[in-house]
Amino acid sequence: MKLKTALFAIAFTGLAMGAVTAADEPQMVRQEMMKKVGGAMGALAGIAKGEKPYDAAVVTASLTTMSETAKAFPDQFPAGSETGMDTEASPKIWENMEDFKAKALKLGADADAVLAAMPADQAAVGAALGTIGPNCGGCHEVYRLKK
Amino acid sequence: MGQRLRKLVSSLVVFGVVAAAAGWFLTKPEPWPASHWEGLGEADIANGALVFSAGGCVSCHAVPGAEGDAKLVLAGGLPLKSPFGTFHVPNISPDETAGIGGWTLAEFGDAMTRGVGKQGEHLYPSFPYGSYARLTAKDVNDLFGYIKTLPKSANVAPSHDLPFPFNIRLSLGGWKLLFFTDKPRVTVDTSDPKIARGQYLVEGPGHCGECHTPRNALGGFESGMWLAGAPNPEGEGRIPNITPGSKSIGAWSAGEIASYLETGFTPEFDSVGGSMVEVQKNMAKLPAADREAIAAYLKAIPAL
Repeated sequence: MKLKTALFAIAFTGLAMGAVTAADEPQMVRQEMMKKVGGAMGALAGIAKGEKPYDAAVVTASLTTMSETAKAFPDQFPAGSETGMDTEASPKIWENMEDFKAKALKLGADADAVLAAMPADQAAVGAALGTIGPNCGGCHEVYRLKK
Repeated sequence: MGQRLRKLVSSLVVFGVVAAAAGWFLTKPEPWPASHWEGLGEADIANGALVFSAGGCVSCHAVPGAEGDAKLVLAGGLPLKSPFGTFHVPNISPDETAGIGGWTLAEFGDAMTRGVGKQGEHLYPSFPYGSYARLTAKDVNDLFGYIKTLPKSANVAPSHDLPFPFNIRLSLGGWKLLFFTDKPRVTVDTSDPKIARGQYLVEGPGHCGECHTPRNALGGFESGMWLAGAPNPEGEGRIPNITPGSKSIGAWSAGEIASYLETGFTPEFDSVGGSMVEVQKNMAKLPAADREAIAAYLKAIPAL
């Protein structure tokens, strides 16, 4: 009985540790980062489409999230993180790391530029998305593989 | 004995000739009768531009990596890797020698809808005439008119790099006999004009099935698997299922599908990727009603 409990405890600890480690792996970190960018995009698009009222705080927060996340994003692709955990990262990232970095930084720079001009109404948010949006597809076209 | 053998040989020869003739008859290039391309009048260039976007011509025929207006130079040259070898996309700019500037409407139209080249030869189905076969003669005429307004390029694309037996164009007649059809791919309620328009766009100019439908070993579509998803012909990854049974888009509303085609964003604000990026840019150029028609059709086809 004691042995069983001990084994169970060990197994459980192992599982829990496994979960902690997995969340820290670059594959998981970058997936979460992309989800954050997607969330920020969604918040802005809601305003642009008129589904949500214009809210300067939301616009600022979303653009800041995009800028910060995009700039830190290329650091999450160390050697050894090419595969595993259902990563959809294309091997081309490591073949063209400079171009990949440039694309991520451009998203950051575009978000910064929009933030500096601060879109003041629904139409301006829509126009801002026209600037920012193509970065998403432009990078995913080359550097993401859908499984 | 000698006479018998001679008889056998000669009947074999006769059989061979008859079989070859029958084979040729069944598999020869079949352009439309000339009348199909007559009396269409002046091309409607604006409509031609829409057919051009719906057809995604630039995705393959523009110079690889071209951006902006440079994309309208249809100089060709993109290598298309396939299990059958590498195809090199030809120059279809209006240049008289390197492109199709010297072609007649009938020659262009038979290439588009019958897979028959200027010399009367079979074309490889890497050029998706199996889909374009559904184009109306009017849309072909308008498209041809539009392409003629684009810049010329003197680029000569390399010829296809295919191993035997795929380098024998005659064999394509057999492929066509097995797989070429201009009939509807699935039965949908075409009394709804929206769905009918969607069927035309998806099965015809949009040539969506060329990537989204799985193929058999001979490169024909697997039956009963229309738009059910397939391995990526360009290498790793998968082309998703886009039927109502899809795990990726089955739950999307028609409005969400239309919005994705317009903006490139999924309902969860993930973005379009891979080869679909170019496709989506083209779809964004169509009238909203056309994107809604595509969505309505995708909602109406069998769930797989």
